[in-house]
Amino acid sequence: MNFLERLIGPRKTDVPSELWEKCPSCGAVLISKDLARALFICSKCDHHLRMPIWDRIALLTDGASFIETDREIESVDPLSFVDTAPYPERLAKAFKKTDSFDAVKCGEGRLEGRPILLGVMDFEFMGGSMGSVVGEKITRLLEKAVQTRMPAVVVSASGGARMQEGIFSLMQMAKTSAAVAHLNAANVPYISILTDPTTGGVSASFASLGDINIAEPRALIGFAGPRVIEQTIRQKLPDGFQRSEFLANHGMIDMVIHRRSMKQTLARLLNLIMGPLEAPHVA
Amino acid sequence: MSRDFEFERPILELEKRLSELQSLSEDGHIDLSKEINAISEKIQTLKAEIFKGLEPWQVTQVARHIDRPSTLDYVKLLCGDEFVEMHGDRLFGDDPAIVGGPALIGGHRVMLIGHQKGHDTDENLLRNFGMPHPEGYRKALRLMKFAERFHLPIVVFIDTPGAFPGIGAEERGQSEAIARNLAEMSQISVPILCFVIGEGGSGGALALGIGDRVFMLEYAIYSVISAEGCAAILWKDAAKAKEAAVALKIRSANLLELGIIDGVLPEPMGGAHRDHATTADVIRKTIEEHLPALLAMPCTELVEKRYAKFRAMGQFRFAQDALDG
Repeated sequence: MNFLERLIGPRKTDVPSELWEKCPSCGAVLISKDLARALFICSKCDHHLRMPIWDRIALLTDGASFIETDREIESVDPLSFVDTAPYPERLAKAFKKTDSFDAVKCGEGRLEGRPILLGVMDFEFMGGSMGSVVGEKITRLLEKAVQTRMPAVVVSASGGARMQEGIFSLMQMAKTSAAVAHLNAANVPYISILTDPTTGGVSASFASLGDINIAEPRALIGFAGPRVIEQTIRQKLPDGFQRSEFLANHGMIDMVIHRRSMKQTLARLLNLIMGPLEAPHVA
Repeated sequence: MSRDFEFERPILELEKRLSELQSLSEDGHIDLSKEINAISEKIQTLKAEIFKGLEPWQVTQVARHIDRPSTLDYVKLLCGDEFVEMHGDRLFGDDPAIVGGPALIGGHRVMLIGHQKGHDTDENLLRNFGMPHPEGYRKALRLMKFAERFHLPIVVFIDTPGAFPGIGAEERGQSEAIARNLAEMSQISVPILCFVIGEGGSGGALALGIGDRVFMLEYAIYSVISAEGCAAILWKDAAKAKEAAVALKIRSANLLELGIIDGVLPEPMGGAHRDHATTADVIRKTIEEHLPALLAMPCTELVEKRYAKFRAMGQFRFAQDALDG
């Protein structure tokens, strides 16, 4: 990470170097430059591919209304953790890959005119894992929602806790969940959007605690990863296990919403809960 | 399956010789007291030596020892008959991997809740090796709300490999159950004292662990993931568990140093499994020492301080600082 990058902040997503990619669900060949316009949805089978973080922010906020906050909070290496590579090396690599200091972006924006606080997790940064930085930024977002009474929306995508931060990453589950409890007590709405994948420590903390929990279609959502479950119970898992529709059937989420309808759905919900905006805003 | 560890073998061999000498001296009416005393002393020195030099992976084995006192063992030692177990989450079922109920400890009326492991295979099958399902966490939460209404402080014993990874657990919302406990426990208006007595396994342990004071027994462990699980993911080789146990910093002394827990409770020589009663005494004294101050605190202050305690956990820096520094 060089001096200039630190000062001027992340560049917008680069033009993809690959010209095409394969749909992970149906195998259809998808032209990369069309994918962004298609919101990273397969034109053949409607599969929701993982969405780059800036595209997600653009999808959910009006025009250029999003202003990032707490951007410069970055990880340290509290345990001097080394597995097959030292943790700082992994962080530097993730920074290079994503232009982000960690696995979540938080900020303020407008959603069909209504000011909201938005947090979006980035699976590209070390599997969206939650360490001290993710925990701190999510907590700050939720605390700001208490202070400003702006509704909070958090889009999750995470493999779980960041093992390289050991017990500190576990404690982020406590910290973020306690912050949700504060928000609940203040009666400010909190909407959790679960995208593929949301598992482990993120699923077992703030992501499952929305006043409203919404999932994208066919997203993998669960506490334990399917491989761990298969190894534990020594049987094959049923089709569709731990997918959004499975969670909806078991009463764990309020609704499964197509990416194309997500913003409109959020706007409708917030209008119904908080009442329509008093003065119309120009987006 | 052997109940003993490789590193304990020299102790066990001496103990065998000691008992041989003892029975010889009794049966043969020979005075072997000198030899017996010498061996007893040697055993003590050896225990001290071996346990002082334990590696994190060996501590993990001690923490998981099948004879290590479980929640219900401590209940017997601390409460005698003054404990009534309550059952069920009122939603789905009763989870034997978590036990709880009103109890009397050292003159204090408390709500006692803990993970429950077994001491043999049958018991472990019944208790699911101390790995709760969502109904276990929901029962625990029900008991905490109960405690809040009747102004009973809560004493928690943590001892689990983790929340159970299974089909039923996922169907019934393992994630939500854990998350809900974390959120609710942070707001409970009575004092909460937590003791990690064996394995503090990840979210499944933390779901009972939002305490005003959190203590660990000396050879207990507390970790975001099991050493085996971490090794399988990061080293792609579960056999690297020893390395992972070191890297994760899971020992009581590590956690105290990192500011995650409030104290380490010393275990009897050779570990808690060799002397349940002495270990229980240490826990009783800790409860008696810390509960009065917490009970005297106004409940808004108690809850605010609990929030601040967990709010402060985590280490990070600002990129600008890194530039300046």
